[in-house]
Amino acid sequence: MHFHFLDPYLPRDSAIHALDPRIKLMLAIGFILCVALMPSGAWMAYALAFALMLAVILFSDLGVIAVLKKSALALPFVLAALPLIFTAGGPALATIGGVAISASGVARFVSIAVKSWVSLQMAIVLASSTSFPDLLLAMRGLHFPRIFVSIFGLMWRYLFVLADEALRMMRARAARSGELERSGPARSSYGGSLAWRARVTGGMAGSLFLRAIERGDRIYLAMASRGYDGEIRAFPLPRIPPDQWLVFGMGLVALVLLLLVALLLSGV
Amino acid sequence: MLLKPVAMHIPDGFLSVPVAIFLWVVSIIFIAIALRRVNQTLGERQVPLMGVLAACIFAGQMLNFAVAGGTSGHLLGAALAVILLGPWASILVMTCVVGVQALLFQDGGLLALGGNIFNMAIVGTFVAYATYSLINKMAGGKKWGVFAGGAAAAWLSIFLTALAAAIELAASGTSPANVGVPAMGAVHALIGIGEALITVGALSVIYAARRDLLAPGESSSTTSSRTVLVGGLLMALALAVASPLASANPDGLEWVAEQQGFLDKAQPAPFQVISGYNFPGVGNVEVSTILAGIVGVLVVLFLVMAIAYSRRRKITNYELRITDKEATTRNS
Repeated sequence: MHFHFLDPYLPRDSAIHALDPRIKLMLAIGFILCVALMPSGAWMAYALAFALMLAVILFSDLGVIAVLKKSALALPFVLAALPLIFTAGGPALATIGGVAISASGVARFVSIAVKSWVSLQMAIVLASSTSFPDLLLAMRGLHFPRIFVSIFGLMWRYLFVLADEALRMMRARAARSGELERSGPARSSYGGSLAWRARVTGGMAGSLFLRAIERGDRIYLAMASRGYDGEIRAFPLPRIPPDQWLVFGMGLVALVLLLLVALLLSGV
Repeated sequence: MLLKPVAMHIPDGFLSVPVAIFLWVVSIIFIAIALRRVNQTLGERQVPLMGVLAACIFAGQMLNFAVAGGTSGHLLGAALAVILLGPWASILVMTCVVGVQALLFQDGGLLALGGNIFNMAIVGTFVAYATYSLINKMAGGKKWGVFAGGAAAAWLSIFLTALAAAIELAASGTSPANVGVPAMGAVHALIGIGEALITVGALSVIYAARRDLLAPGESSSTTSSRTVLVGGLLMALALAVASPLASANPDGLEWVAEQQGFLDKAQPAPFQVISGYNFPGVGNVEVSTILAGIVGVLVVLFLVMAIAYSRRRKITNYELRITDKEATTRNS
């Protein structure tokens, strides 16, 4: 169950969920780095990385289809790499309307898309299997600046409050016909001109900001009156049990092997 | 989807590892300076205020307005944050926003996060600050300066952030500069108009309700803010010069990338631009000079900031605003 629709965390009783967040964060970033380092066209290694990813998704009990669906949503960015298939040069694969499509360009484009897609799945599994307090703990454990971790933590607490506030404002605007109607007679159903709609939205952003700044003052006063002196106190980090270190070691070995396969097979 | 503000977040897989790491290093340096700066002015208020304002910008990015045919305009918020909080606090706030988007909502990759922070939190902030304070100064504290400055800062911050992203993609060899830079530029020139309109709308509400937050004028009186101003101008200038040159000579950027070993060695020849577009030697040299220039500008910028930082002055614009605000809250 979500406690807020924005929260990506999905509680499950899985091995991935039970992994220490520090190890999970390090391995996830290691995996993404490893995929980024793979040369383009190393199809065998991509397949291995994808298989590893599938195994992680299966272990995490998040649902293969659900994760794959979610990862497809964020893919439109590949459009940025699409021109490569025309400009990369080399032997032509086909010619459409007098423009040559280069074979190496297609290979590079598909490589970028696949690498991006697999990395995205890892990021999704990380976010869905680790609650935010655990992520904060991982950041503390990996020695992110403490003050930064504190700001992150506070931001997270108020994210839902302010997101709900923004949604309420949007509902209020829709109720007062500031919304663009998509059906009905052309002019009459429009809530004002484009500039008017933008200005209304700006007004919402402005008052959201003013409310936030005042809320920030109130939060500070509430914290100060409960003994806050600028120092964020936290429980000491829990120790990582030896079997989790073992998982970490195995994960690292797997990543190194994956990278070796990628480099060896592409003949570098 | 509710949570897609602007298609500007670079996912993983699109930045080559050296480019990503370089941008991480640059971003971390800026964030470290910003953390110190804001801590000096805000002290123990830093955590609650920055946290809530980051959440506010995140929520503000959900606000949209219908444009036409199912598309909608969104707010990115960098310009608004700079105008209300000053440059350093804005860097922190935007970093948190971009960070949470990457970590939890997969808006932008984790390895590419350094680049996204650099584009949205640092370039966006510096450029917006320089634009806003210059126009405000020209207006001499008159009302139109706030709105014209806000609009220009909003538009420029979006436009130049997009150009920075396009150049990074080109330097990574993932998006040819002759297509990527003009395309990103054109799309975001339009998106920037929406941002400018929303920012002006927000400023008019704030101008009516809490004019003290917009305190114009003395913003460039301290060493630090002058450095930011100059830095922002230089960034804007560098991007403005580099983008057209890069898009005219895409093989140049690619060439630089290959020289640096940025691209995979297994890659075949550099770009073949559409025929009739050959600037063999000249283009390469030009573009590589400009790239070197940008790196140089950044290095000088760090030095200047390091010096400015060592001669820190306590009172900055933001503190003035805070104390102002306290005074008004107490009075009311």
